[in-house]
Amino acid sequence: MSETTPSVRSLPPEPAPRRGAAAAAERPVVIRAENLVKRYGDFTAVDGISFEVPAGESFGLLGPNGAGKSTTMRMIGGVSRRTGGRLEIMGLDPEEQGPVVRAHLGVVPQQDNLDEELRVRDNLLIYGRYFGLPRAYLKPKVEQLLDFAQLSDKANSRVDDLSGGMKRRLTIARSLVNEPKILLLDEPTTGLDPQARHVLWDRLFRLKEQGVTLVLTTHHMDEAEQLCDRLIVVDEGRIMAEGSPAELIRRYSTREVVELRFGADRNAAVAQQIGDLGDRVEALPDRVLIYARDGEAVLEAVVARGLSPVTSLVRRSSLEDVFLKLTGRSLAD
Amino acid sequence: MRTSTTPSPRPALPPPGPEELARRGRRFGVWYFAEHQLLAMRSYLSVIVAFSVGHPLLYLVAMGVGLASLVDANGGGDFGGVDYLVFIVPALLATGAFMAASGEFTWPIMDGFKWHRLYYGPLVSPLQPWQIAAGHTLAVAIRLFSQSLVYYLIVAAFGAVPSGFGILSVVTATLAGLAIGTPLMAYAATIREEKAQFVMIQRFGVMPLMLFSGTFFPLTNLPVFLQWIGWLSPLWHASEIGRVFSYGYDEPLWLSIAHVAYLVALAAGGLALAFRTYRQRLVD
Repeated sequence: MSETTPSVRSLPPEPAPRRGAAAAAERPVVIRAENLVKRYGDFTAVDGISFEVPAGESFGLLGPNGAGKSTTMRMIGGVSRRTGGRLEIMGLDPEEQGPVVRAHLGVVPQQDNLDEELRVRDNLLIYGRYFGLPRAYLKPKVEQLLDFAQLSDKANSRVDDLSGGMKRRLTIARSLVNEPKILLLDEPTTGLDPQARHVLWDRLFRLKEQGVTLVLTTHHMDEAEQLCDRLIVVDEGRIMAEGSPAELIRRYSTREVVELRFGADRNAAVAQQIGDLGDRVEALPDRVLIYARDGEAVLEAVVARGLSPVTSLVRRSSLEDVFLKLTGRSLAD
Repeated sequence: MRTSTTPSPRPALPPPGPEELARRGRRFGVWYFAEHQLLAMRSYLSVIVAFSVGHPLLYLVAMGVGLASLVDANGGGDFGGVDYLVFIVPALLATGAFMAASGEFTWPIMDGFKWHRLYYGPLVSPLQPWQIAAGHTLAVAIRLFSQSLVYYLIVAAFGAVPSGFGILSVVTATLAGLAIGTPLMAYAATIREEKAQFVMIQRFGVMPLMLFSGTFFPLTNLPVFLQWIGWLSPLWHASEIGRVFSYGYDEPLWLSIAHVAYLVALAAGGLALAFRTYRQRLVD
């Protein structure tokens, strides 16, 4: 993105219409977590998290690395024993009914764990066998999944030869082999280039349209905004806020944000001079953020005070701003 | 990127429900995991054949034919009245399985837990950690049995197995592999960083066991203070019982039973331990 004085207006597209709360209330709850706690010795990874996910919803856990998101996902799959609280997946306790719960789920782990020495098609076949699926079912199903993952022409390639984005799509295809009603995605696009991320988001949208419940963790706010009907913002094992991306932005931020860069040594000093502009001013090491309803007007006021930022940008508020407001830290910290 | 999609074939039937899938996982999960391992082995089949059949064949030619001519020319009375080749074949058969197992139960375990994290795929299917350990063991047992069988058929064709019961030494060779393998697997599951531990095991564990397990000469030829190595070594037990089957080597029945019991106990004990270490590592 080019950032030049006086301003570059960069507005993200309007958020897609979200399903209403009333519609969500009618759907059965497929995941119910109450006061979930996970401790490793003295360290508390998950500290009293509660949430409910109705069927068909796309639900996100947004937070920085180490916030407890992946641990929560592992507890849902029954491969991490909770220290306290209650957890039900389709009405079942994953610790007591692990195999049945996991038969309901599709899981896309944070790190791919494909068998790189096998062919693409064999990876899907073998994974289907883990679920006890007969070959007569798997043969056409695997072709269908290859098509869905846009990997049909790579079916006989070794996984070794695939790009990062292709491997991720294969991992997602693999997680769908048992036609799960709930798909858990742990940081699904981390490490991918922008084009590969968009292809993947498109695939996930299609699943959402088919009524699959998506539960995803991410530390990318754009991903959360793109994919989630509703999300919880998690930090240090606790829920900081809950709502749809648009609701959270409305509740915790202003409509627009002015980003100004004066140079690392001047940002803090300038922030004090313009502290009265907008609703709130945040001085970060690399930039100053002014939260305001009308960003252009604020930018004009800054220039009128004789200040000339190296770069300036007026943009819509994002979940990054929500996180900053809630925790005082940026998601990248 | 291709965006249009042609209609893809749909499965004729929907998959069975989650309860049924979980039931199948509980019942057949060990085999499902073994299937994966066997498929993976297929991709390096030539290496397996070269290592597991070619390697002992080299020993057979060098020791059983070359050295045997020297040994037999000097009477060979130490070998229970049979040719040196006949004496050495059951031990080489067991050695092949023993060596292959020491590889199959170490590096691939690390691959499952760490390098390619292969175990974390089945972990989120209906399979349980113990089934992953048991499935790996089953796949390797099939490999060991197959390679031992091929090797046996070759040496039998050489006329080096006088008794028809010799075929049973294929089973005891497989047991020898599992007896060294499953304890190694239990240990490998506890390793977080591979800092040449496996190479050390090969050099200072597996190799000395091969040399001091009555493989190339009777254990009793060693000084008494070294014979305990053989008594502890699964390879000695498998070689001795193999000799009983192959040419009717004369030993008390209780000792033959003890050989088999020792091998079974080591394999089963190691597997039970592996169930524990797998669970501890995979489920926190």
